Amino acid sequence: MRPLVALSGLGSVLLASSAFAEEAKKGMPQLDFHNPLTVSQVVWLAIIFLALYLMLSKWALPQVDSVLKARAGAIAADLDAARGAKEAADSAITELTSATQAAQTTARMEIASAIDAAKAAADAQLATDNARLEAQLAAAETRIAAARASALGALREVATEATGVVVSRLTGGAADPKAVDTAVGSLLAARGLA
Amino acid sequence: MAAEHTIDALGQFELHPVLGAVGRSVGFSQSSMMMVIAAVLTIALLVVGMSAKAVVPGRLQAMAEMLYDFVYKMCIEQIGEEGKKFFPFVFTLFTFILLGNLMGLLPFSFTYTSHIAVTFGLAAMVIVLVTVVALAIHGLHFFSYFFPKGAPIALSPLIVTVEIISYLSRPVSLSIRLFANMVAGHVMFEVFASFIVMMAGAGLVGYLGGVGPLALNVILMGFELLVACLQAYVFAVLTCIYLHDAVHLH
Repeated sequence: MRPLVALSGLGSVLLASSAFAEEAKKGMPQLDFHNPLTVSQVVWLAIIFLALYLMLSKWALPQVDSVLKARAGAIAADLDAARGAKEAADSAITELTSATQAAQTTARMEIASAIDAAKAAADAQLATDNARLEAQLAAAETRIAAARASALGALREVATEATGVVVSRLTGGAADPKAVDTAVGSLLAARGLA
Repeated sequence: MAAEHTIDALGQFELHPVLGAVGRSVGFSQSSMMMVIAAVLTIALLVVGMSAKAVVPGRLQAMAEMLYDFVYKMCIEQIGEEGKKFFPFVFTLFTFILLGNLMGLLPFSFTYTSHIAVTFGLAAMVIVLVTVVALAIHGLHFFSYFFPKGAPIALSPLIVTVEIISYLSRPVSLSIRLFANMVAGHVMFEVFASFIVMMAGAGLVGYLGGVGPLALNVILMGFELLVACLQAYVFAVLTCIYLHDAVHLH
């Protein structure tokens, strides 16, 4: 409404001047209802407006509507597809996580059982090795004892012989084997070697 | 020049028959011609613009879609779900007034919305439609519209009189608002333009002085573009509000 206010201010000044003298006589063409063109405008308005309304409502606007609907449908379908894909991806991730967990558990159990088996095998091996070594040790000790005994047996003979030889050299006659044997035996017994 | 000292601000609104003898015989003036051009442009925008049917619209298609969307939203927001039925009518009304206002700003054209006969014809269409719709939906109950619920009975003669006057003044205010805005803008263009010509008659100083009204007219053009769109919107939105009243009765 501002141009109207401005106009009324301007108009009151200008209309008073002689420049608008003719204007005031003629009046506004819009209010000249004796002019058939002024009234015929309304008839033409009715015809043109009706034609425009019919063409728009039956022909032009449904075209826009169909394009907008098609676009909205395409967008909705795309969103649905994206939502479906996201759900599939989510379930795949869940599946992957559970599968990974299951695999880890199985692997852990297998490792534990393998370690246990290895330990048991090692223990068994150790036990047999120990037993074998014990047996070898025992056999060796027996052999040592036997060797020692046989060596000690030989010692009396050698000592008797040596004593006989020493006595015969010292005395010049043959020594009494019985006395020598007794003496050697008593001496060996005194040293703990008999 | 004899016309040097007069300003013919209203001559631009005079009607002349066009299309020769045929136009004269059926009273076809330049005003009606502009109406036909407006109708053709509206149809062309929608049909040519939407011919691509692109999912991602081009410029013309985007313009057609925005116009469609703008009026459609206005109908739904103001009238409600029933607004879909009235959308083609409101769209026709809005584009017809908008193009009339905007094309009127082009040089050598004519603004049919600056004629009270045209704007009142449009407003009469609106008020007849509103009344017919209200009677069709609510029957005789429609007349309760003129007496708001809960008002004191003693005041009923006064209230009903005021309500009826306000209802009947709708087409008057609707038509005069648009008419007056268009006339005021175009008269101001003419007056300032006449000032430029008058100044030019005064020699070099006048040429310099003519820059003032010229600048004013440039600014006024921007303002009138706003008014052209605003008044088309106001007309359409008031139509929607009246239709809302007709459909819902307050």
